[in-house]
Amino acid sequence: MANVPLDQGLLLAAILFALGLAGVLVRRNLLFMLMSLEVMLNATGVAFVVAGARWAAADGQIMFILVLTFAAAEVSVGLALVLLLHRQIPTLDADAGNHLRG
Amino acid sequence: MNATFDLSAIIAVLATVMMITRASAVHALLYLTVSLLAVAMVFFVLGAPFAAALEVIIYAGAIMVLFVFVVMMLNIGDEAAALERAWLKPSIWIGPSVLALLLAIELGALAATGGLARPAGVVVDVQAVGIALVGPYMLAVEIASFLLLAALVAAFHLGRAVMKGA
Repeated sequence: MANVPLDQGLLLAAILFALGLAGVLVRRNLLFMLMSLEVMLNATGVAFVVAGARWAAADGQIMFILVLTFAAAEVSVGLALVLLLHRQIPTLDADAGNHLRG
Repeated sequence: MNATFDLSAIIAVLATVMMITRASAVHALLYLTVSLLAVAMVFFVLGAPFAAALEVIIYAGAIMVLFVFVVMMLNIGDEAAALERAWLKPSIWIGPSVLALLLAIELGALAATGGLARPAGVVVDVQAVGIALVGPYMLAVEIASFLLLAALVAAFHLGRAVMKGA
């Protein structure tokens, strides 16, 4: 890629991934943790597309599509679980779920 | 063009930082949507228009709608209406709007100058991706379909449990 150097694109992916990781670690709200997970998955997608553009190959975009599929599956199940948990414990605090039994 | 990439990347990082630090889930969703749109712009600059379109349609479209629905379902109550009124203040939506406006200006500038000033080195278009997808990556497509089916069954099962519990 002549226009955008590989390291700049990978730097963007790394920053986004680090931000998502920080979000997962810092926030205790389940919705925010899921959103930060989305940011992390998106960052991996950025890395794939940047690498695919660097070698002018379609493989990067295909891996991005697979990451996208995974993100969609993950978020649908995750949000359904959040809704279920919200019925049991009327809070979105992740630490409140430590009394789960069977 | 490098400036387009830089501006989009800065908007993406800025919006993500704002998303993590918001107190309310809806405000964070606004910023997350802007961040995803900025990443779509990055893909477009990198010569991956198909990935950019998928990013807008699936990430900024479908997944964000799921989040909004869940936030909506979790916020049922009298205080939700009062909260809604407080959220309509300009100070809430001005941040995401300005960032989205910057992206729109960027896109408009690109369109006005007839696409990328210096076209991306090689544009990997939809055709190349599609051919690779049904060729050497057929197995990956099958795995993705398994994954989506599993997610569908799981979401249906969990959703039914929610309905019964209500």
